[in-house]
Amino acid sequence: MQAAQIFSFHGGIHPEQNKAQSLQLPLGRPPLPNELILPLGQHIGQSSRPLVKIGDKVLKGQTIAMNNGFLSSFLHAPTSGTISAIEERLIAHPSGLSDLCIILTPDGQDEWTELTPLVDWKVGSKTDVLAYLSEMGIVGMGGAGFPTQVKLQGAHKHPLSHFIINAAECEPYITADDMLIREKTLELILGIEILQHLVEADQVVIGIEDNKPTAIAALNRLLDERNSTIKVAVVPTKYPSGGEKQLIQLLTNKEVPSGQHPADIGILCQNVGTCVAVHDAIYQGKPLISRFTTLTGDALKSPQNVEALLGTPIAHLLDYAESEQKKLHRLVMGGPMMGYTLDSAVVPIVKTSNCILAATKKELPTPAPEQACIRCGMCEQACPASLLPQQLLWFSKSQEHEKAEHYNLFDCIECGACSYVCPSSIPLVQYYRHSKSSIREAREANVKSDLAKQRFEARQARQEAEAAEKEAKRLARQKATTQKASDKAAPTKAATSATATPSAASTNDESKKLKIDLAIGKTKLKKLQKQLLAAQENEHLEEINALQQQATEQEKQVALLEEELAKVSTAAPSAAATPAPAKAPVSDELKKAKVDVALIGVKLKKLQKQLLENPDDNEIKTKIAGFEADLKAAQALLEKLGANGPATTVAKAAVSDELKKLKIDAAIAKAAVKKVEKALKKAEEIQAPEIDAIRQQLKEAQQRADNLEKTLANPAPAAPAAIASSPANADADKKRKIDLAVAKAGIKKAEKNIALLKEQGKDEAEIEASEWPKKLAEAQAKLATLETETNPSETATAPAASMTPANADADKKRKIDLAVAKAGIKKAEKNIALLKEQGKDDAEIEASEWPQKLAEAQAKLATLESQTNEPTAAPKIETKTSDEKPNLAEQIKKQKIAAALAKAQINKLTKRLENSVEGTPEEAESIQQEILAAQQKQQDAERLLAQLTHSQDNTQENR
Amino acid sequence: MALLRITSPHTQRAGQRTSWVMQMVILATLPGIIVQTWLFGWGTAINLIIAGITALLCEAAILSMRRRPVAFFLKDYSALLTAVLLGVALPPAVPWWVTVTAVGFAIIFAKQIYGGLGNNPFNPAMVGYAIVLVSFPVPMSQWLGVQELVASGNSLSFMQSLQAIFHHLPAIDSYTMATPLDGFKHKDLLDSDTAFNTIAALQTLNLRSWMWVNLAYLLGGIALLWLRIITWHTPVALLGALFVMSGIFYLIDPSNAASPVFHLTTGAAMFGAFFIATDPVSSCTSNRGKLVYGAGIGILVYVIRAWGGYPDGMAFGVLLMNFAAPLIDYYTQPRTYGHKKAKTGLNIKEDN
Repeated sequence: MQAAQIFSFHGGIHPEQNKAQSLQLPLGRPPLPNELILPLGQHIGQSSRPLVKIGDKVLKGQTIAMNNGFLSSFLHAPTSGTISAIEERLIAHPSGLSDLCIILTPDGQDEWTELTPLVDWKVGSKTDVLAYLSEMGIVGMGGAGFPTQVKLQGAHKHPLSHFIINAAECEPYITADDMLIREKTLELILGIEILQHLVEADQVVIGIEDNKPTAIAALNRLLDERNSTIKVAVVPTKYPSGGEKQLIQLLTNKEVPSGQHPADIGILCQNVGTCVAVHDAIYQGKPLISRFTTLTGDALKSPQNVEALLGTPIAHLLDYAESEQKKLHRLVMGGPMMGYTLDSAVVPIVKTSNCILAATKKELPTPAPEQACIRCGMCEQACPASLLPQQLLWFSKSQEHEKAEHYNLFDCIECGACSYVCPSSIPLVQYYRHSKSSIREAREANVKSDLAKQRFEARQARQEAEAAEKEAKRLARQKATTQKASDKAAPTKAATSATATPSAASTNDESKKLKIDLAIGKTKLKKLQKQLLAAQENEHLEEINALQQQATEQEKQVALLEEELAKVSTAAPSAAATPAPAKAPVSDELKKAKVDVALIGVKLKKLQKQLLENPDDNEIKTKIAGFEADLKAAQALLEKLGANGPATTVAKAAVSDELKKLKIDAAIAKAAVKKVEKALKKAEEIQAPEIDAIRQQLKEAQQRADNLEKTLANPAPAAPAAIASSPANADADKKRKIDLAVAKAGIKKAEKNIALLKEQGKDEAEIEASEWPKKLAEAQAKLATLETETNPSETATAPAASMTPANADADKKRKIDLAVAKAGIKKAEKNIALLKEQGKDDAEIEASEWPQKLAEAQAKLATLESQTNEPTAAPKIETKTSDEKPNLAEQIKKQKIAAALAKAQINKLTKRLENSVEGTPEEAESIQQEILAAQQKQQDAERLLAQLTHSQDNTQENR
Repeated sequence: MALLRITSPHTQRAGQRTSWVMQMVILATLPGIIVQTWLFGWGTAINLIIAGITALLCEAAILSMRRRPVAFFLKDYSALLTAVLLGVALPPAVPWWVTVTAVGFAIIFAKQIYGGLGNNPFNPAMVGYAIVLVSFPVPMSQWLGVQELVASGNSLSFMQSLQAIFHHLPAIDSYTMATPLDGFKHKDLLDSDTAFNTIAALQTLNLRSWMWVNLAYLLGGIALLWLRIITWHTPVALLGALFVMSGIFYLIDPSNAASPVFHLTTGAAMFGAFFIATDPVSSCTSNRGKLVYGAGIGILVYVIRAWGGYPDGMAFGVLLMNFAAPLIDYYTQPRTYGHKKAKTGLNIKEDN
């Protein structure tokens, strides 16, 4: 055994020892009290769970309460007897509160339960030993009552350099450990050896103050005998050398880092009482049911150390030590430096009660009134933790908790050295306790509010993200519509080509807006990043989390905005530049040609009217023929111009097909882009490593989508040019057109409101529609049969066409019929209009079939008209009464009507789409689909029409 | 039986209360007072009585105005200590109203108005001293000389002292002479050797008498150190800084600068180092802080003595460093147990 090196610690005080009084008498063993009060919470951690009921008979050492969780302990009956109650009793606690206690009435037999020592502790598993110690109810007996097995487990975190046995017992008056060492030296050494076996430390050192020479001598003698490697380190008497941190510093010159445990630097401390209890448990199977307690103070006639059963009321011990009630002024549990006063002597001895100080007024006088702090610095010289107590007092008094924390308030061990030396009698420790609890409360409140704040912010961020996503979707749709609108603007030729420019302008506006948003977002992000940096510097953990969340959110938003901006800026040129300028020159010429055609058409019509009145006028006939020739020439020109863009009809068809395909591709690509974007967002959220790969994908997908959109934008203006031919041919009959326009106007109005009801209203509408032709039939008897037979327009045209050449003679009669039919249509239209205004629902349902019916009727009218015209008005057609010609003309007309109808619908839908941009996205989507369908229809019609006109032209030219 | 409920600790160091601290400091000035009285007559003693009465009256008046327990606070001896420090610092034959002004200002304005004991940012005694030094320069510069050197060849008798203080002593000029510091300050163009040979105030006898005064205060200071009422940090840093400063400039220019020994044994060097600069309330609290604070005063004292407008600089040096004390405190916190390094300032930084 070598002498251990002793270091020193800052501060410390040398109060009166007052240890001699209690060492005058040998160890006392008080008789059994009338009842034992066994609190369920004698240790740090969860209170034990009682295993006995009231009235149960228990034997000495029998387990009466078991651990309740990890950080808890067992409790055993200190003697045999009956459980008389399990109730709230006053306990020994600074708060002076009550706690649940098991009350044991001893039977006086003191009969042991069967003891099962752990004989094989050296060979058995250490975990079993720890579990056994837990079951034996062993806790740290120095003061805190930390469950020993938990402390031993914690010591396994790091390899232990030192296993320190704390025998310093620096508090004045207390001699319980001193007496324990003297009385149970061997048990102590054996207990230490068991613990050393469990923790395997490099060194085992017993730290003991030099004011216990008898104990030191006993230890040294025994250790010499056993040739033990355990060292005895005698430290100078200085309070608080028995403090765990101070003893560690004394023996190892290491400091336990602030906020950490000795185990973190490879040191384990155990109290001597704990070591003896471990020995008793392992070697004898005795659980922790008694302890050494010092009974001292001037109010006791025979101060002494006793081995007291746990649960013994203090009053019983005071009686045993012959207390003088009159002299008793202050009853302290523990020492005079860190003990706490008791309200009454009915409280029991617990596992951590090392001393009962029954002091007289003279011994522990009432503290002097507090005076002003003169910052003398005596406290600072005394502080074993090297704090600045006077500054801490200042901050505590002024409630400057942050500053107090900065001055390491929480490193205060509340040893009381500062208060002891304070010349102004300031209860410094009390100020610190108050500040500490205030800070702890504030921290708890902070944690709560931070949690609430985080939740709130997360919710807000989520909502914002949702809103942003919605907005992005809306913008994307808007962009898509403007693109489509500009695509569509081209087909509507010169007049509508202008709409492309506003849409381009709108995209410009949008991009501007986006740019502004982006700038704002970026500045916000920068600000957040700055805040985050500051927070990181200042160690504000909660803030850092919240800020980080915000920052990532902002980053995402900025990225989103950037994407949108990129989309818009790529879309803008393709939307604005391509359709309008390319179209302009052609459409100008077209306009001119069309005006020519219209002019000629009007003249022709006038002449035809005259011809109707004077069918025999040759002059008019020749004029008509001349005009018709002009018309034809103008039409040819118009056609040529119309075909100028995409050239041939076949090409047009091909283009439109291709366009369709491209559009689909673009849509798919866009969907893919969206999908990838979503994935990217998610990846950003979880900071996934694939983020770059996803970004790459996104870029590629965007590229693809952009390319497709570009190609889509290019052929888009070409396709619509097909329509150019249709008006040229349609001019053939102005009258029909007027009728058509009237009908269209009605249809438009009606259709606006119906679109959504279309599908469900079809059945009803069909019924209405079937009534409708009947009305017509009533108006005109001759056409009635024809109409009922030929409800679908295609079948209707065929017989009509076949009739024309056959009934050339019935020309006049047909003309009359025609007039009557026209009148009927008008009448019907009027009725319908009325109906529409009356009940919208009905009107809507009706109107759903309306355009079709009207169109059919008009088609028939047109057929009739053409039939009439062929033999009468148009001499050319009359002369060329070939079999195929009327058929062809018939078909052309039909297709023209279909195309016109489709066009009208497209126009109407586009208008509605523009209106509904602010509306729900679903609506817009459905409208777009309808537009697409209508466009398809129109294109089909146009293609057919073009083919027909082409073949007609060919035949005409051939002739 | 009602048991006393109170938080720990339950015991206090017996007897060493604030009043004890103040009493000890007052007692520690006794050697200095005795030497001063021996050398310069009864003036100092009379000053002390005037100052003490003024201080207690002012303190009591303000305390009652502030509705504080008068007896409780008077018994802490802090007012009396201020009076004693001022009494020994003022020239022995200074008119009574100068003393009363200085003490009254110190107690009322420098101490009580800030909230009484423990709350004054400046050393009250030095505030009072500075006020009268600035306001009444003529009486403040009239130090009595040792009897062997003054024209009358005698020091003032008790009655003469009373007359000088309370009325007017026409022959006062024959009893006064400049202090060594004053004399050295006004050596003008003379070099050091010539000055020490020619100027009366710089004669060995005068120098020695002032050295005795300083040694007496050093004795008192050592007693305070032994009683652990003060720590060694402030006086050692102060005297060390003064020694180093005077040493450096004496080495650079011995013909015009005075030796370190001259600086340490004249004027208020020891009195200031042990009794003024160590005033706990207005000085720094941590040991490191006390070193900085003391050194600052030492440097300032030398600067004022060598280049300032006053022969001695203790009062202004202390007051100037009082300003800096809170700042020094922020940056000289000791390293707390379990921390790798000391915290500084008030911003919370990364800490182990």
